Order: sequence, then structure tokens, then C-alpha cells
Amino acid sequence: MAEAAVPLLRVRDLKVHFPLTRGAFIQRQIGSVKAVDGVSFELARGETLGLVGESGCGKTTTGLAVLRMLAPTGGSIAFEGEDITRHDAARMRPIRRRMQMVYQDPYGSLNPRMKVRDIVGEPLVVHGLDGDAARYRERVAALLDMVGLLPDMADRYPHEFSGGQRQRIGIARALALDPRLLVCDEPVSALDVSIQAQVVNLFMDLQKRLSLAYLFIAHDLSVVRHISDRIAVMYLGRIVEIAGRDELYRDPLHPYTKALLAAVPIPDPVLEAARPQQVIAGEVPSVLNPPRGCRFHPRCPMAEARCAQEEPQLRKTPSGRSVACHLATV
Amino acid sequence: MSLAATAAPLLSVRDLSVSFRTPRGTVRAVESLSFDLNAGETLAIVGESGSGKSVTALSLLRLIPDPPGRIDSGQILFEGRDLLKLDEAGIRAIRGDRIAMIFQEPMSSLNPVLTVGTQVGEPIHLHRGTGWAAALAQVKTLLEKVSIPDAASRLHAYPHQFSGGMRQRVMIAMALACAPQLIVADEPTTALDVTVQAQILAILKQITREVNSALILITHDLGVVARYADRVAVMYGGRIVEMAPARELYAHPRHPYTRGLMDSIPRLDDASGKRLVPIDGQPPDLARLPPGCAFAPRCRHALDRCRKERPVLERADEAHFKACFVDG
Repeated sequence: MAEAAVPLLRVRDLKVHFPLTRGAFIQRQIGSVKAVDGVSFELARGETLGLVGESGCGKTTTGLAVLRMLAPTGGSIAFEGEDITRHDAARMRPIRRRMQMVYQDPYGSLNPRMKVRDIVGEPLVVHGLDGDAARYRERVAALLDMVGLLPDMADRYPHEFSGGQRQRIGIARALALDPRLLVCDEPVSALDVSIQAQVVNLFMDLQKRLSLAYLFIAHDLSVVRHISDRIAVMYLGRIVEIAGRDELYRDPLHPYTKALLAAVPIPDPVLEAARPQQVIAGEVPSVLNPPRGCRFHPRCPMAEARCAQEEPQLRKTPSGRSVACHLATV
Repeated sequence: MSLAATAAPLLSVRDLSVSFRTPRGTVRAVESLSFDLNAGETLAIVGESGSGKSVTALSLLRLIPDPPGRIDSGQILFEGRDLLKLDEAGIRAIRGDRIAMIFQEPMSSLNPVLTVGTQVGEPIHLHRGTGWAAALAQVKTLLEKVSIPDAASRLHAYPHQFSGGMRQRVMIAMALACAPQLIVADEPTTALDVTVQAQILAILKQITREVNSALILITHDLGVVARYADRVAVMYGGRIVEMAPARELYAHPRHPYTRGLMDSIPRLDDASGKRLVPIDGQPPDLARLPPGCAFAPRCRHALDRCRKERPVLERADEAHFKACFVDG
């Protein structure tokens, strides 16, 4: 992270709460789902931050809020130094060119009635950048080439493509406006193992070529370690730890990070047989009613009385990592 | 091809072929499949979508929807009997009793309008003729075994009142109800979070060990295979392309597809950050399989022969089998 320069993205104490209402005509708010509840991180230009956690931890909601596809209920989001937290649609429009999304589902996220040319070129049309017909075709051809598809595929429909190719189409569309930031929500989870590697490599090549920054949201810790520079681990709406990818795997500080890493099997039977098989008990509690104090304490093997009372804040360690745990020794 | 020279295997699949009639033509989902499974052994069947691994699992219990599917040929010898020769009543007597199945999606495989106690108790009641009161008492013990807290009161709960992980525990309890000799688990943890996956697989492994039942674990996750399997069969294009004891397979993968898979997955313990080596191209279209080896179009070592002739699974080493003409 560049200390002096403004980070590409700065998220401070982000909150996204969804109201829970009761009643058909007269709706009363009876509570709220705190999907994201005080999340802070920064992302430098050209950097990849992996966002990991189990279902319901708020990683997707965080991604959507960063793109302002959801309205934050608290905190702030600054993109290229500009506070966009309360921007309306009109003011978001020029910013949207600079930040784009790649979705998980390569089947559901492409309009089956549109030709690939129009899917990939639609952002250009929407932003009035399509120019004349020849330039438009040329630009789409260049985008397809960039993601490893053939220019003559532009006249086909999504159903003619495999899952991996469709994900490439989704990436081409996200790149159409030459963005600085891609929020990628589980972009390789739906793909077969042998295809996943092709798309992971594509992401890494594009980053080098276009100096893109990625907010890479995924549950597969092996993929995230491979692709990220730094990794943020989320649990029940909060970030519990942020560290460089190798530090995080070598020396996880938060008990939840430790549990997550221990749960991931390594494709090596000899190594697996020697690995201590510690399985943490319990499941992620409901976001409707998160535990008091540290949200992880009911499952934490180290928890003390204090953990049930006080919520630990994300604090910086001397080595520049961050962890939210009363007991982590730094 | 028997691996156990001494005792007869628990399950012996011979030349199994399964096809589906589709508007696009006949899809040969599984072709000339043969493997053995010993009592108490865990065999992982690994492959990508369309490799035929789930169809193999369903065939074992004769659960292939017919039409459009059909078991064309082969034998499935289980405890000395050919399951493909049994009538409907005969196979029903085996399902859930001697062989049980665990599916990927615990929500759609549990009946939403029956209590968990009724569903887990049903095989005990049906196969053992146990009265319902006694069956429910056994269910309580089963639920405790799969670590469902407060089992006694959960007997009367409905599936929607359980989380995904808890539902999969219920599925395991149901599969274990009659202490089967063989459990077939089709991607049992794919829909679950990683910490819950570890819990479920640990329970499954521990319990199969306790009752010495064999387990066929169908998965696409090479990490899960490494942690839990004794032996591995790798499927591609409807066939087993390589089969070996787990340690042997990971240490010396002999089929180019297996080697390709190992090189293409990022590893949690890999700090080198070196570029992944993907397998080029796409998995094959089962309705339009090439005449030779199904992997030949993606294989870097393919010979002329590979494009014309289909290699069969042959012994390459003591317990190591591969279907490949290329030496290596």
C-alpha cells in the first residue's frame, strides 16, 4: 500500500443494515439484519484484496456496497479520493465507468437474448462511448481478444458457450469501460477445476496488463491465496483479520482464521495424514441475532469471559497487520 | 482386476455402461466401468461435471431415471448378488438397508412435510419391522451420533427448521439408520461452508469406521480426496482413466488428465505463487465423444493412436491402473 498516495478505495466503518418489518399495510420495523457492521479496509491501485468468509459473513454485501449497488447505512466509501457514500445515481454514473463487477454465475448474468457483441458493448452504449459502427465492432473485438475469445464469436448467443467462456464474456463486459477496480464475486466458483485455472490466470494477466485492482470475493481459500496480495477475513458482518497473503497462511492471528485454514484440505494425502485435524464446533450463528461481545466467541476454543462482553476492534499490529481479537498475541 | 486377492470384494462393478437418450442423440454417460470395493474401504470417485461420477453413484442403487436413462450392460455384484438382476422389490429391500445414499442437496432430498424423526426412522421401521416408538428411540441415538444438539426435541422438528449443515447431518443419520455395508455419498459437502464441511466429513469418516461400512465418496475436490480416501478413481468422459491408492496417485499420477488436474489447482500451502498450469480446451461433449481417448483433444502427449483407439483401464503397477497409451 502506498502510504503517501490516496488509495484507490478506502472503506471506513461501512455498515449495511437491512430493516426487518412486520405488518402488511402498516409496516413497523422490528429489527435489522446487520449484514455488514463496521467494515474498514483500503485497496491500492493495481492491488488484489481477497475477501473471504463463510456464507452470511457479509462479503457479497460489502462488494455491492462498494459499487454503490446497495446504499450503505453508515460509514464511508472513498474511490480515488472522492467520497461516494451519498452520491445519487447521476453522480455515480461517471464513477461506475471506473468500477465494475464480475459475477459468480456465468449462466444467470448474461442475457440469453442478446448477442455477445451487444452484451460486451452494452456499457459503451449506455455511457455514449460506442462511436460509429465500425469503431464499436473494433472495440468489442479487441475486448474479446483480451479475454482470450475469438472476435467472430461476437455474433453468437450466450448458450453457445461453455461456463468458462461465459465467464470470459462477463469479464470482457466489465472491462469495456476501462475500469480501475473490478469487484469479483466468486468469479471462479461455478467453474470446473480444469477451467478454473484458465480463468484465474486470465485475471492475473489482465491485472498486469491493465493495472487493475481487484476486490476478489471468494470462499475458496486456496484460490484466494493464489490470486491476492492481501486477504481480509470476514465473520458475521465484521472483518476479523487483514494480512498479507503469506503472513496470513503462515501465521494466522485470529482463532477464526486458524479454524478456517485448518478446515481446508490440502491435496496431498501424506501431508493431510500428518496435519492435526482440529474441527471447530458449531455453525455460523444467524445475523439476525449475532452473539454479544466477540461474534466468534461461542465457537472460539480460546474464548474468555471478556470475549462474551466486549466486542474487539480491528487493531493494527506493529508489523502492519490487523486483527480483531482480545487474545491474539501480536 | 480384483485388488483383494484374499477375500471377495464387497462390491464389484463390471463393464457398467449407462446411456441417456436426449434430443441431441444418445449420451454415453458411463462406459465400460469396472472397479472393486472392499468392506470398510473409502473409494473416492473424482471428476469434473459430465465425467459420469454421479451417474455411477445413481446406477449402484438403480436410481437412474428410465426413460431417458438406461443401464445398457454390465454387472453390479454386491455381496455376491447382481443388483441389476433384482426385481423392484428386491432392490428396494437393499436401498437404505445394505446400501445407503447421501445426496448433495440436503434440502431437496428431505421431505419438507415429515418430521426428521419420521424420515430417519422410516428405514428402521421398513427394513427391520421395528415399531415406531422403538424406531424413534434409535433415531435419537443416531442424531446424537451425528452431533445434532438436543436430539430428543429435534425428533419432532421439520427440515426447514435445520441449517444446511444440520440437514446434511440428518441425511447421514438416515443413511446410517440400518448400519449399511456401503454408503454412497454424492458431493455430500459441496453446498456447505468449509468449517461445516470439515465437521460433516469427519463425522462420516468416524462413523463408517465404527460400523466398518465402505464409502464411495463422489467429489470434485482433490483436497477432500487427499484427506479422506483410501483409494481414488479418476473419471473423464464417462470412463475411469486412472485408479490407485490415494498416496500412490498423488505421488505418481500416471494419466495426463490426473497430472493436469494436480497442476491446475492452487494449493493452500503453496507460497511460490507460480502460475497455474491449466488444462487447455473444454471437457468433452458426451453426445459427441471422439473415437479415440476422450482426453486426447486436450492432451499434450497425445499420439496418433490416442485419436483412433480407445485405451482401456489396465494395470500399470501393483495396485495402480490407468487407461492411457502414453508411457509415463
